[in-house]
Amino acid sequence: MVGIVIVSHSEKLAEGVVDVTKIMADGCPIAAAGGLEPGVYGTSFEKIMEAVESVHGEDGTLILMDMGSAVMTTEMVLEMLCYDDVKMVDCPIVEGAIAATIAAVGGADLDACYEAAVSAKDMNKL
Amino acid sequence: MNSSKVLEVILAISAKIDEEKQFLTQLDNVIGDGDHGINMARGFKAFETKIPAVEGKDIGTILKTVGMTLVSTVGGSAGPLYGTAFMKAGMANAGKEEIDLAGFVETLGVAIEGVKMRGKATKGEKTMLDAMIPAYDAMKAAVESGMDAKTTLDIGVGAALEGVEYTKTIIATKGRASYVGERSIGHQDPGATSFTNMLEVIAASV
Repeated sequence: MVGIVIVSHSEKLAEGVVDVTKIMADGCPIAAAGGLEPGVYGTSFEKIMEAVESVHGEDGTLILMDMGSAVMTTEMVLEMLCYDDVKMVDCPIVEGAIAATIAAVGGADLDACYEAAVSAKDMNKL
Repeated sequence: MNSSKVLEVILAISAKIDEEKQFLTQLDNVIGDGDHGINMARGFKAFETKIPAVEGKDIGTILKTVGMTLVSTVGGSAGPLYGTAFMKAGMANAGKEEIDLAGFVETLGVAIEGVKMRGKATKGEKTMLDAMIPAYDAMKAAVESGMDAKTTLDIGVGAALEGVEYTKTIIATKGRASYVGERSIGHQDPGATSFTNMLEVIAASV
């Protein structure tokens, strides 16, 4: 199954996004990489790397980020890991995570999970 | 400048950033997320703990270690940006025990390319590049016209300070400050300021 990683400046936000995905896609390998250290906002190179390693399997891994350093630090982790089946996706982090994890537990491959996450951009709420 | 002098300069930069951390954070409070000074100081302090591991090593290893440490410990955008800058600078000086003025200016050019690549940024977006690029251009011209190290670096600092002043006049279009939009006018960019702090330390060391 495709693994999912949630990168955020906030530990609580990353864990919260992971929690929300469990409602509809329990069983998806998903890991949170939030905050720099306990109580400190920021993004952690080590946490992102550990999160990717913890969910990464033969079907690859999709990473969702909030903004700024979350994006740039994730890029640096990927340059270090050199996996060709780990992708970053530009999408709303909550809706994208829900869409991607549902796709993953349904057996979608990495590209299909990526598309599911991207499609969350166009979901109208009003 | 040899590798032990480079290490000395980095420690002086660390001390300067620590001195300036409240001011840098204050600047970032107005237009960003208020963590620049504290984050940078934490990053350089973390490097200080790695000194025993890099003492006596070549300049490339020292700069690369600074970069890796900043990426791992800064936590904000300055981590990957300055981290990439120092790592690229390290790669450009791999195995070297000495760096001269022309080599330094060339290294800054490589570091700037790293920041542009990592931040997908360019000049005029109210970022550290608005101090880095004018400083690089001015120093490159100074080197080419045969000026000495002290004069060249002073010219670079002057250009960087002008760059910082320029950031007060423009709207941020990159980074967290872009959310503040027009309200960012009148405020100088923290990243441009911290780069200028670093260049001032380097200029004072020659």
